[in-house]
Amino acid sequence: MSAFLAELRRECLLASRGSALALGPVVFFALGATLFGLAAGNADGYAHGVVWVLALFANALAAEALFARDHDDGTLELLLLAHPQLAAILGKLLAHWLVSALPLLLLSPIALFVLQGSLSDAGALLLALALGTPTLACLSAIGAALTVGTGRHGLLLALLTLPLAIPVLAFGIAASAGGSESTFALLMLAALLTASLTAAPFAIAKALAVGQEY
Amino acid sequence: MKERGTGPHGRPKELLTAQGLGWQREERLFADVSFNLHTGDLIEIRGPNGSGKSTLLRMLAGLLPSPGAALRHHAPVAYLGHKPGGAANMTPVENVRWATRLQGHPTTAAQAEAALKRLGLGAERFRLCGTLSAGQQRRAAWGRLLAAPQSVWLLDEPLAALDAAGEDLVRALIAEHRRADGAVVCATHSPVATPSAPATASIMLPM
Repeated sequence: MSAFLAELRRECLLASRGSALALGPVVFFALGATLFGLAAGNADGYAHGVVWVLALFANALAAEALFARDHDDGTLELLLLAHPQLAAILGKLLAHWLVSALPLLLLSPIALFVLQGSLSDAGALLLALALGTPTLACLSAIGAALTVGTGRHGLLLALLTLPLAIPVLAFGIAASAGGSESTFALLMLAALLTASLTAAPFAIAKALAVGQEY
Repeated sequence: MKERGTGPHGRPKELLTAQGLGWQREERLFADVSFNLHTGDLIEIRGPNGSGKSTLLRMLAGLLPSPGAALRHHAPVAYLGHKPGGAANMTPVENVRWATRLQGHPTTAAQAEAALKRLGLGAERFRLCGTLSAGQQRRAAWGRLLAAPQSVWLLDEPLAALDAAGEDLVRALIAEHRRADGAVVCATHSPVATPSAPATASIMLPM
């Protein structure tokens, strides 16, 4: 528990001090929604899709720096030697989601408004994003752990993780529509979240350990 | 209750066992390195640049796999590598407290501050690590070793970037740690042992 809280606290502290960098994905999301709203005019019918795709890109953007900074300053080595190691990684994952995805959730009703989507769906969209974005955070964190030794290859990371995010995107958009038909999609999002939360810490630990050899 | 320090018969206790460590990737770096580390020991790893001193230390720390070898830790291990091991956007005190919590030995702010004071950091304890000089960053990195002592220290070039006073301080800290039933494995080019406390053994890595 101490390792979990230590890493959670450190990541939030660093995010608050390097606020410009931490805000990047959030600004990208807001800007993307605005530009899309301006360009597409009446985007009704696409609004949910646009919000989800922007959330996906913003997530990939945020993940790039997740382990790269720790790799450079040597704190990654201490993270790998932590007791228990998985708790520290979970703390980092939670901080990653809090900093890069939670603001998107709060902004999503505004994005929906800008995109002229139906605001009656805002609750369903929020719920779907709340279930879907942690899975996205897990996937991109695994990708970031795999590419950590390769320099800052954001493109490689995106190519690696975006295809894996397609199920989340599909169920996410289905769940955002609301109504009785979205229940199945919501359950699938919850199942994906459970699976990724269980597997991601192990996958990240293994990927980081392999990365130490190069 | 696990006994710390000397064994039941007053003999040094074994802290780390390494048998047949070797590294081979594109090229063979070293092979069949074996030693036993006991309380009070100082083992120096020597060899030319590129001979694999850092690789061997990282292997001992558990950061690298050691296939086909027997590596056993009988006591907690602390690793001090080349990199600062602390975030540039945090103060030395914050970094020390983070690192010790991560190891499962949380320290108070007062303990972290005392350790850093011992290392000669004054007001720098509360400045962001990124604004400190290379030598001050090295001193700050030592903080986590002093704040929450682990039995085995694995040090990679502990004298690098330090001034003469810093080198003397590190030698004194190592001697003190050995007297307190700790043990040190150290990759170095210049001797870290003192005439009064010579190194127990020296491992020479071939080029």
